[in-house]
Amino acid sequence: MGYLDRQLSGPTDPIADAAWEEPRKRKGFFTDTSICIGCKACEVACKEWNALPQDGDLNLLGSSYDNTGSLGASTWRHVAFIEQTSDRIEQARESGRRLVDLGMPVMRPSEPSAPLVEAGIGPSPAAPGIDSAELGIGSSGPGGAGAAVGLGGDYEAAVAQANTAAATGTIPDFRWLMASDVCKHCTHAGCLDVCPTGALFRTEFGTVVVQPDVCNGCGYCVAACPFGVIDRREGDKTVTNHGNAQKCTLCYDRLLDDQTPACAKACPTTSIKFGDLDEMVATAQERVDTLRDNGFTEARLYGANAQDGVGGTGSVFLLLDEPEVYGLPPDPRVPTADLPDMFRKAGIAGLTMLAMAAASFLGRRR
Amino acid sequence: MTTNPFDADRPPEPPRGGRRRRNGGGGGRRRDESLMVPDVEFESYYGRNIVKAPPWKEEIPIYLFLGGLAAGSGLVGAGGSARNLPALRRRGRIAALLAVALGGGALAKDLGRPDRALNMMRTMKLTSPMSVGSWILSGFGAFAGAAVAAEVGRELPNQQGLMARTLRVVDPPAAIGSALFAPPLAAYTAVLLSDTAAPTWHESYRELPFVFVGSANAAAAGLALVMSPTDQNGPARAMAASGAALELGAFEVMRRNMDPLVAEPLHEGKAGRLLRLAEILTGAGALGAVLLGRNRVGAGLSGLALMAGSALTRFGVFEAGMESAKDPKYTVQPQRERLERRRADGVTDDSITTIR
Repeated sequence: MGYLDRQLSGPTDPIADAAWEEPRKRKGFFTDTSICIGCKACEVACKEWNALPQDGDLNLLGSSYDNTGSLGASTWRHVAFIEQTSDRIEQARESGRRLVDLGMPVMRPSEPSAPLVEAGIGPSPAAPGIDSAELGIGSSGPGGAGAAVGLGGDYEAAVAQANTAAATGTIPDFRWLMASDVCKHCTHAGCLDVCPTGALFRTEFGTVVVQPDVCNGCGYCVAACPFGVIDRREGDKTVTNHGNAQKCTLCYDRLLDDQTPACAKACPTTSIKFGDLDEMVATAQERVDTLRDNGFTEARLYGANAQDGVGGTGSVFLLLDEPEVYGLPPDPRVPTADLPDMFRKAGIAGLTMLAMAAASFLGRRR
Repeated sequence: MTTNPFDADRPPEPPRGGRRRRNGGGGGRRRDESLMVPDVEFESYYGRNIVKAPPWKEEIPIYLFLGGLAAGSGLVGAGGSARNLPALRRRGRIAALLAVALGGGALAKDLGRPDRALNMMRTMKLTSPMSVGSWILSGFGAFAGAAVAAEVGRELPNQQGLMARTLRVVDPPAAIGSALFAPPLAAYTAVLLSDTAAPTWHESYRELPFVFVGSANAAAAGLALVMSPTDQNGPARAMAASGAALELGAFEVMRRNMDPLVAEPLHEGKAGRLLRLAEILTGAGALGAVLLGRNRVGAGLSGLALMAGSALTRFGVFEAGMESAKDPKYTVQPQRERLERRRADGVTDDSITTIR
């Protein structure tokens, strides 16, 4: 495939395409929602480091513990909270199981699963929900190993119960999904493609960043993002970068000093991991394998496929239900993928317009 | 919608930050989550939008209308020039310049930082319809300005002076330039809307350029009918009829070809009302132009109807796209369906959701 063919869709190396003379390795996040505890440290750290102003009117939104609402100009990390009953969990598990039935590339042959107790934080088989109800804890699953410790001493029994639950595939009464959403730093970024001023650019780390001193706030990027991430910051002159499009920069300033982005640095459970994108994808694949090997078929990756509609993302997520449950689009596609066809149609329409006007004038004079 | 028995303990949904209440214009459309239970196939995160509607206000549909009016008027002016119809030539040229100037002003006003409007000329970017459009708008504006200058040159008292002679030389290139920049000016705005994640705009990309160019010709012909004496408005009547026919026809094809759900915002709510009215006005205006165009009053009324129809079409299409971005069902359901379709066809390697 030629250079031009790769520019609007399909797998490619965006750093090379942006012609960086000193390219760096592409950086990215892996957000493992199965060990997110909903502490919102990422939201706070992001706000602090990037000096983001207040977003909204401090309302209670009535959506579980999520009073942030969504990603926006002044919210670059957003923790979603979803409460689910057992039937919803069963559905999630079933929809995950279907991904295998569809003949999608399956994970490596399953190894004997690690004993629960030894799992620790990393590949914790005491995952999504299974243990919690059995143990009588109100929390969701994947933090299960930690939760079990808090069970007033009857640790052995709790572990045994959790192991049984995992083995029999018992579904808990309730689970709480938490997920920290962030800009996807797409390989084919709609926002970047449509930016008319060149304010948005591709960094040497493969991320997408707005230059606030160039952006004139046209708002086109807002409409072009298939994930609804970027937004224009409203407010009067007292607000920093008012009237500009704003979004996650993957802490470009920190990256230049070889530092970890603020959210990943602040995450107490390592739910947000940061590193070279290929390593992040590999870690994510290992993690989803572990969870699925242990019966948590609801586990799936989001954004780890370079064949998808945006050419793969720079932020990989491990989800425990369908993407739309978390407010993520199930089949996003960068709008500019169709741009050549759009211009072609517009060209034909333009010629039609010219011909019609010409015909009107040629036909008669009175 | 994620619903569960625990929701019963929750207070009723508050208006969502006032962000999307006003639209759709009904206080009667209260959306209680518990009422949404039967709607099982459609999941969302508390009913919140996934893609974002752009922060565009009414300046944008006003510009869509004025840009089209300018483009069509450019053609009227050029046609009048070619066929030596001074009334159409002069009125077309002046209308083109005024409309393009007002339209450009509306665009700048809508920016978050109007003081940086000229940053649009910082780059030339083919992947950005707005960048391409900015250059088209500038080019058209330059030729429209030259055309009006040439028109002024014809009125100078001293026709042998340097100024008048220079402006006579400028006249033909100005006419040709206006004619060549007019079609892209009218058509690119459709690409501008379609190259977004707003489902109704994006899915209409095959036909929307035809709707917009038809609408542009109809509006400009309408203005010419209002302004011109009846002994020169023959071309305007023809242009009104063909423009309106193209606009209405392309719109009908568009509605039929679109996924019924994605086309829904074109039928419902405020956008639906605007578009129905636009259809009636455009149809009536075209009919009036053909049947009553030789009568001064008839021509004037038909012209007004055509312009109003064109404006309402732009407002309606704009509104429909904004609505489609604000309701997650227009994002989730079509995407879910196309994903399932691909899966049914055995294509499983291009999903963003993987287990590997």
